[in-house]
Formats: sequence, C-alpha cells, structure tokens
Amino acid sequence: MPKVSMKVNGKAVSGEVEGRTLLAQFLREGLRLTGTHIGCDTSQCGACVVHMNGVPVKSCAVFALDAEGAEIRTIEGMANADGSLSVIQQAFQDHHALQCGFCTPGMVMSAAALLAENPRPTEAEVRKYLEGNICRCTGCHNIVKAVLAASGQDVAAIAAE
Amino acid sequence: MPKDHGIGASSKRREDVRFLTGRGRYTDDINLTGQAYAAFVRSQVAHGRLRGVDTSAAAAMPGVLHVFTGKDFESVGGLPCGWQVTDRHGKPMLEPRHPVLAHGKVRHVGDPIALVVAETAEQARDAAEAVVAEIEELPAVIDMKAAVRGGPLVHDELGSNLCYDWGFVEENREAVDQAIRNAHHVTTLELVNQRLVPNAMEPRVAVGDYNPATDETTLYTTSQNPHVIRLLMGAFVLGIPEHKLRVVAPDVGGGFGSKIFHYAEEAAVTFAARALKRPVKWTASRSESFVTDAQGRDHVTKIELALDKDGHFLAIRTETYANMGAYLSTFAPSVPTWLHGTLMAGNYKTPLIYVNVKAVFTNTVPVDAYRGAGRPEATFQLERVIDKAAREMGIDPVEIRRRNFIDSFPYQTPVAVQYDTGNYHATMDKLLEIADVAGFEKRLQESKARGMLRGLGINCYIEACGIAPSNLVGQLGARAGLYESATVRVNATGGIVVMTGSHSHGQGHETSFAQVISEMIGVPESQVEIIHGDTANTPMGMGTYGSRSIAVGGSAMVRAANKIIAKAKKIAAHLLEASDADIELKDGKFTVAGTDKSVDWGSVCLAAYVPHNYPLADLEPGLEETAFYDPSNFTFPAGAYACEVEVDPETGKVTVDRFAAADDFGNIINPMIVDGQVHGGLAQGIGQALLETTAYDENGQLLTGSYMDYAMPRADDLPFYRVDHSCKTPCTHNPLGVKGCGEAGAIGSPPAVVNAVIDALHRGGMTHVTHIDMPLSPSRVWAAMQR
Amino acid sequence: MYAFDFERPTTIADAVKALAAADAQALGGGQTLIPTLKQRLAQPSKLVSLTHIAEMRGVCRADDGSVAIGGATPHAVVAKEAASLYPALAKLAGQIGDPAVRSRGTIGGSLANNDPSACYPAAVLASGATIVTNSRRIAADDFFRGMFATALNPGEIIVEVRFPVPEKAAYAKFPQPASRFALTGVFVAKFASGVRVAVTGASEGGVFRWKEAEQALSSNFSAEAVRGLSVSPAGMIGDLHGTPEYRAHLVRVMTARAVQAAA
Repeated sequence: MPKVSMKVNGKAVSGEVEGRTLLAQFLREGLRLTGTHIGCDTSQCGACVVHMNGVPVKSCAVFALDAEGAEIRTIEGMANADGSLSVIQQAFQDHHALQCGFCTPGMVMSAAALLAENPRPTEAEVRKYLEGNICRCTGCHNIVKAVLAASGQDVAAIAAE
Repeated sequence: MPKDHGIGASSKRREDVRFLTGRGRYTDDINLTGQAYAAFVRSQVAHGRLRGVDTSAAAAMPGVLHVFTGKDFESVGGLPCGWQVTDRHGKPMLEPRHPVLAHGKVRHVGDPIALVVAETAEQARDAAEAVVAEIEELPAVIDMKAAVRGGPLVHDELGSNLCYDWGFVEENREAVDQAIRNAHHVTTLELVNQRLVPNAMEPRVAVGDYNPATDETTLYTTSQNPHVIRLLMGAFVLGIPEHKLRVVAPDVGGGFGSKIFHYAEEAAVTFAARALKRPVKWTASRSESFVTDAQGRDHVTKIELALDKDGHFLAIRTETYANMGAYLSTFAPSVPTWLHGTLMAGNYKTPLIYVNVKAVFTNTVPVDAYRGAGRPEATFQLERVIDKAAREMGIDPVEIRRRNFIDSFPYQTPVAVQYDTGNYHATMDKLLEIADVAGFEKRLQESKARGMLRGLGINCYIEACGIAPSNLVGQLGARAGLYESATVRVNATGGIVVMTGSHSHGQGHETSFAQVISEMIGVPESQVEIIHGDTANTPMGMGTYGSRSIAVGGSAMVRAANKIIAKAKKIAAHLLEASDADIELKDGKFTVAGTDKSVDWGSVCLAAYVPHNYPLADLEPGLEETAFYDPSNFTFPAGAYACEVEVDPETGKVTVDRFAAADDFGNIINPMIVDGQVHGGLAQGIGQALLETTAYDENGQLLTGSYMDYAMPRADDLPFYRVDHSCKTPCTHNPLGVKGCGEAGAIGSPPAVVNAVIDALHRGGMTHVTHIDMPLSPSRVWAAMQR
Repeated sequence: MYAFDFERPTTIADAVKALAAADAQALGGGQTLIPTLKQRLAQPSKLVSLTHIAEMRGVCRADDGSVAIGGATPHAVVAKEAASLYPALAKLAGQIGDPAVRSRGTIGGSLANNDPSACYPAAVLASGATIVTNSRRIAADDFFRGMFATALNPGEIIVEVRFPVPEKAAYAKFPQPASRFALTGVFVAKFASGVRVAVTGASEGGVFRWKEAEQALSSNFSAEAVRGLSVSPAGMIGDLHGTPEYRAHLVRVMTARAVQAAA
C-alpha cells in the first residue's frame, strides 16, 4: 500500500493508505483524531472541514495521498498551547453556539478560516461564509453571534433581541 | 440581576469543552478490538418480489467473514411497533410484519436485503456489490389516495393499504357535520404537510459486541432512548434477556425524533456480532440515511372551519391522509392520531371538532415522529385556515384569534385533553411588542421602494409535551409506559451523581439537570455530575423526545433528590441532636430552625458512609435514592409567533427578514439553553416552510436523496430571531412547574412563514393566491403569482 | 469507492503519460469526482491527480492582454488573484460552492466536467475564452458539447484557460436552494465588437449563448433591452427546483440583472 506523510497539528505523521483513502478517514481511523466528523457524502455538510496549508478544505473530499507533505490542522489542534479554549472556541461556549456538537468541529474550523481572511466580518459575511457548514440544532443564530463576538465585535444588541 | 447558578441561571454548558476540542465520543468514534465492518445490500427498487439472494460470489471476496440474508433472521422476531391504534369502528389497525432483513418482498428503496460483514469497511462495501438479489419488480404505490383506492398492495397478507381509518371524537361526527352545514361562514383549505427528512447531522451508527465468556451482549448505538432499544431488541427481536444486554448511546449528534426508533441495522449488527463472536460496526453514509432513517410529516389534509358572523369558531372538521411508508416504524401510528387530533383545538374555544385520519401504507421509507410529531401538522392546518377565514371575513388576523382565545383554565377541550394553564393574550401582547408590529408599515414602505413585496404572518400554537401519563397512553394503545427515572447517588465527600433515564443529544442535560440539583441542595453545580445513555448504569428510562426531558425526567430527579434531602435531614437531626422536623436545608447547610446549630452537607454525607455516629437502628447507611415519575397530565407550552418576509416579485424568492417568538414554557431552568432550543426549532420550521421536501417519483425512487437536492437551511437562509419566554404560567402538576421547549419552534413557525408570504402577495395585489403548499420555493411562489 | 491506483505527477508530460493507461482518469480538485466515486458511479483504474503540477496553477496577464488561468488553479485563488485583472470572473469564482470547496475545486476540473449547472462554463462561453490543452487550443464556442460533454479527447488535460477581458461584464446567479449550483446563471460580457451572453443551469443542452439578447444588447446595453425579449421553455430543464417555464423566465431576469450589474 502507498505511504503518505504529512504534518498534522504540528506533528509529522505518516501511514499506509489505499488510493481511495480520504483525508478524513486517514485522520479518524489512521491517526484516531476523531474530532473531524463525516456527516455527508456529497461534500456539503462541512462537519469534516480541516485546514490544509492554511486554507479550509472538506477532508472527506480530499484524498489522503493528495495531502502528501501538507500541513493539516484539525479541531484537536485549535486550543491554546496551555490547553485552554482559543478565542473562537471560547466564544462558541459563551454564546451557546453548539448543541449536539457534531457539526461543531467543522464550524470552528470554518470560522477560524473566515477570521484569518477577514478579521472583522459583517453579519452577512459570516452567514455567507458558513454556507458550506450545516447545523441542524442551533438555527445558526448563536453561531453567527459567536463568530462576530470572536472577531471582537459587540454582540450585546443581538443578545437583547 | 440574573442568577449566576442554579435554576434560572444561564450556566455555560459543561459538555461544550469536549465538543469544541474534538474530544466528544460519538458512536462512530468507538472502535473495539477485533472489530469487523458491516455493509447492507439494499433494494434499489421500491416494490418487488424477492426470488432469491445469491451470496456465493460475495462470500468469496477478500476479507469477507459472512453474508447474512433474510433467511438467517427467520428464527428471530420482526421489528415491533410500539403503538396500536384502534380505528373508528373499534377494530385494531392493520399491522404488518417488519422483518430485520427482507424476505418475500422488498417494499421501499433502501429496504435491507443482506448484510455483509468483512475485515474492513471498504471490503464489506465491495462485497455487498457482489451480492445478487433476484427481484421481480412490482408496480409501486406512492400516492396515498391511489394506495387506498386499490393500488398494488404493499403487504399482500393485510389485504389493504389502509392501516386504519381513525375518527376523533367519533361521537361528535354528526354534530360537527350539522354545525358546518348551518354555519354563517365556512372556510375550507386543502393542504399538504410535506414529508421531511430529519437529518440529524450525525448519521446513524451501530456497533454490536458479544463476549462469549460472559454471554454478554452490548450494542453501541446512536439512540435517543437506549432503554427502549434494549427492551424492544432484547425482548421482541433477538430474545436476549435484559440482564445480558447492554445498550449504550454515548454522545449522539442530534436526533429530532429519528433516533427514537428501533432500526433493523441495530438488530442486524447485534445478531451478526453474536454469530461471529466479533464486534461488528455499521456506519450509515448520508445517502443511506436518506433511505433508512424514519422520515417525518407527510399529511394531506382538508380542513373546514365554521364561524358565526362575528368570527367565533363553531366547529372544525378535518380529513387527513397520513403516510406510514412501507412498514410501521416504532411509534408511527400515534403521530397522526393521538399527537395530532388532540391538538386540533389549538388555543381556541371551538366547541365541536371532528378529526378523521386515514393512515396509509406506500412503497416509501417509513414515517414516524420528527420534531413536533403530529403537533406541527395540527398547528399548520389550524393556523392557516384561521388566517384564510380572517381574510375572507375581513377580520384582522390577530383580532380573530383573540376573539376565540381560551381564557380560563383548566380548560377541557372537545378533543380529550385538558389544558392546565396558559395565558394566550399575554404571549400575543408580548409578541406584538418584540416583533415591532407597530413598525411594520414603515418597513413595508422601505421594501416597496426597493421593488420588493413584504408581508407579515402571525399565528399561535399549542403543543402537548411531557409525554405522558402511562395509564392514559395505555388506554390509547401505547405498548409502553411513559414515566421517567433517576437515581441520585451522593458520595461520601458530598459529590453528587445523577443517573437519569433521559438522554441528551444536544439538549444540554449535563448542565441544566445539574442546575436543578444545585438549587435544591445548595451545592455548586460543579459538584454535580449527570450520567445518561448507558443501560448498565442508569435506571430504566424512556428517553428523550416529545420535549419531555425536564418535565418528566427532571421531575423524577427532583423526586429522588427530595428523598435524599429527607434522609439527609434525618442524619443531620441525629448529628445535631434535634428533631428532623426542625431541620432546614439552605445553601448546603442543615440548620436547626431558630438556632445557630448547623452541620454542613459534606459532614452529613460523610456520616452516611462512615456511620460511626449514626442512627443505624432506624436508618440505613449510604445516601442514594431512585425515583420514578409518571406525569398526571401533559404539559401545554403555547405561544405566538410572527414572521416578516420579503418576496422578490421577479423570481419568487422569499427571504425571512424578521422572526419573533413569544413562548410560555412555564418555569425555565437555563434561559440560554431554552433560547437555543427555540432557535433550532425555528430554523427547522423555516426550513420546512421554504426549503425542505422529500420527493419520490412514481416508481418510488427518492428524488431528494442527498444535500444536492434536499435543501437544508443554512446560516444565510436564516435571520437573527427575537425570542422571549418571560410570559410564564407554570405547569400546575409537576414539581418544577416546567413545560418543555424542544419542539415549540418547529411547531409554531411554518404557518407564520406561509401566512407572511400570502400576506405579501395580497399586499402586492395578487389576491388570487390563497395558499401555496410548502416548501415555498422560488419556483412555486413564482408559479402561484402568475395568472 | 472502488479501489484504484493513485498517481501524483508534477509535470504535464508525466500526467499525460499516466493518463494513457486504460481507464485512467484525471483528478482536479475532486469536489465533484469524489462524491461521484463514493456513489460508485465511476470505476477508474487509476486517478491522476493534477493538483501537484506547478505549471498548471496561477493567474496572470498574458502577452496578448488576455487573462490566463492555469487549469489546476482553485476557485479561491481565481477569486483573489483575478480580482483586479477580470473582476467579473473573480466574482463568479468566489460564488462557486462554498469556501472549502473553492479551496480545492479547479477551473480545469469544472470545465472538463461541464455540469449543466456549473458557473465557469458561462464565463468561458460569454468571454469567448480559449481552452488550452496539452495538445491544442479549443475555442469556447467549440468546447461545450451538451450536458457533461466537451470537445476533450480521452486523456486530454486542460492546462490553461485564456480569457479576453471585456469592457464590461457581470455574472448573475440564481442558486438552486439545495446544491447552490446555478438554477440559472447568466454571464454577460460587453466587448468593443459586441455583447456575448451565456446561460448556465437552464438548458438541457448545457451552457448556451442567448443570441437574441446578444443582438439586443449590442445595440442597447441596458436591462430594458432584454426585458421585452422572451425565452422559450422548450429544451429547458424541468425538475423539483424549477419548471422549464420558470427557468426560461429566470434567463431573462438574470440577464437583465447581469447587465445592470455590469453597467
């Protein structure tokens, strides 16, 4: 079987895979990084979003072998170095932006990609950017609020509504 | 000042940290030593005679351990139905056999035919393709009315596709007919409450495991009610006694009803694990979920509302065709009947109501409870026909509702249920305020200036939650009790563990249940742990659905905690040398009333487990109590919702610009979590109103079998919501005064959206449009506008 | 997915060689191909990944003034790097799929697949772009051959697409509510020599030029010029998301909106 090597959350890893092994499978089954979830098979739900060389990708729509040599970041690599929640993660908890938690890793990874690209997005920009992530629990209200809060914007007015 | 802990505080959720760091443990994250993988061979046709299944090629493929077919399951039971409805002539419903794997016939696309178990998941899927099922295709029956008019039989042995013809209240039938005949005005509406796919984001997963050394079987499954699965699968399907069967539902990624039911895959992997003596895992692909998860709604209804000249409601008559799909899913028969007909009074004093429901078998995926289950269907038809009547009679839609509001409680409806409490004028007043209805005219002008149509839709809803009194549901055909349980275990150093029969799959029980205990005993929330989801360490419970967790499960926990407090007071009385009647518990301290003599919580707990100075003659050591709670009535959350939409007159695209919800949930444990529950329900309701539909072609092929065609609501389809639950009429019959909030949003919102769109079209001069069936997609709205 | 071999060439020449194998298939960003493989609707013997070929990535201004985009350039890169060179094209690229899909999906992959609801074909056809393959140049007007069909030969790779830059241009997309592909999308490009209008999402024949609108707009580049036109529903796609009549209607509405946005 072919071998693949990459860096995941700063750590060099490698493993044997099949041609058809997806990056999401390699992370979940090969590395036991089960925070990356698989919620659909048409690359739409976004539960599997990770960062590949600094940009968001759907890891269920990338072959592991195509990630050869790549830098991958997953939800397991998002907390601060001391283990405390990052600003985005903390905002998600503070604003109740998750319920069942299944879409959450992908939402956090997409939110982080958005804020890296656009540090102070408008509400409309946040909603548009998250179109590739489906959440069935929250109605998205608190997710949008959390992302705005994580960008340093005042969301008190939204809270009052 | 809002509270910072206990009941009424918006405590942050403790479960979030594991979910936010990728450390949740969902069923698919479980991998057991020696685990094999299962793949199902499924019917590609909606209806056919299964002549034979040739597994020889598949069995010879690399890694394949075994291929099971329907024959292997002849020795075990079929999947049971948990509710027997009696029809209007007193006859029990037609109840087909539901085999784990098909034999004889296949009855919907996705019906499982064979199960391949192999060393890897890909090997199992590769081999599944090599299984040859010889199927003689039969004409499929998809349309419900065609099915009862004599279409092909889904179940030959039943002789009919009509599962039941239910009348409620049958004795009212003639009086209702007469009232409608004689009424000043009758408004009629025919509508479809379309079929939906619940689409919890976590697809279903089942891992069966068997230990031959101890003869113990374990099933890890994505379930909302592990005890129910243990009972159904153990007792009815596989014949495994409960003490040898453990069912674990760990972190579960949403359910919305779809994970209540006992599914074939659960029984099949458990059976396979026992046969092969190896763990067997099955993970659904989303495509598989679309053809195997029980779907929701799918009612076709005609409703007639009779009114007097002042707009007072005189009578309601409905006729509904309810799709059961190809088999009866676990609770399917109850949804269009007892969860639907009993809600037809809504928030109104309508003296006469008759509901007729014809449940029909078709060659489609089975239909069962989905968020709201019957109550959204009741609310939708009622609130739509009221809106239509208001328009026809020239009465303001808010005014016509107010004129008919029930305003004294308890109120006995003509459809069996008795509302204990409520205040519908208060929630309507609150709604008009938070929705800024006064500002609508200004927003309408702004929309007009941009060439857009704007409309406002307002409606009420009521639901029956906290299911349910067991003796009552037993009379109605339930084959289960609907109590809930809790064990409260206090440790020697004062830490508290609650083992609840409720199950959390997003609702945040680990946080809110701890808030209740914290409030009752006066210890920090961090000193309380909530355990759920494992039959091995929780008392027999009925699980989570029907907005029942806090009302029923919470009440069981309160009962158990009260037993703990009563016993702890006796211990404290002993330690303080006082009478236990004089002991007061406050802030984690036991005090002799009127004195400064006290002992703290920790010391009492320690005494219970190190009983050196302890009334051993009168009191057992230890501090652990279990309670079961069976509710004496349903709870009745109610409220008023308002939606404002913009409609693009050129394309028909509807945008929800504003949405407001004023709910009466009684007392609230965690306002933040309650807001979140409402938000999620609103999105599902808006999704139903504008986006989602489940379509089959005439051959029974699912046309919306992926997110490419099944439109899920996403962030940019939705607005910020204004929600309020300050109008509180506490439930009168449970200890917390709570009603439940999980389904309200999904129940109340679809009519608000549709009412708003119809309003927008009327304001735009398109008065010929009186109704559009959901989803109000751009193409449907555009088509309705043409004429 | 069925099993297959996987190759990762780093030059076009190696990719062409790898694709010579029987049932070998090129893999662009995989955003359509991978879901297709998951459904077991395709069974290649080998996938040849094109995303590691440096010479096929990037956006630049070519000597002839056109904008040249490497075949393996992801949509997100086009959205960013073409923003000043050809804003309407960059904007279209920024509306394809979602951000994660745009990180992977490539222009070459999109064009080679020629999904009748894809966005890029509208831009290519309306711009009169040239598809440069490993062996030849194909004019846009000759490239699209109906739903999922193109002029490409087996094993032929799109290495570059060259877009003449119009004076004015815009893309107006009406998304299908579920997939967010174009239920109808119209790209309007105004050149000195005339106006080109290409429609995606609407026709059973795939992307097409709406010649009547081109004519009307060439003499009067305004939304009013198309409002009076009508489109026949014959040959339009009819499905759950829209009837042929609705799509025909949207062709006109979206054309008018594209013109408005371009003007």
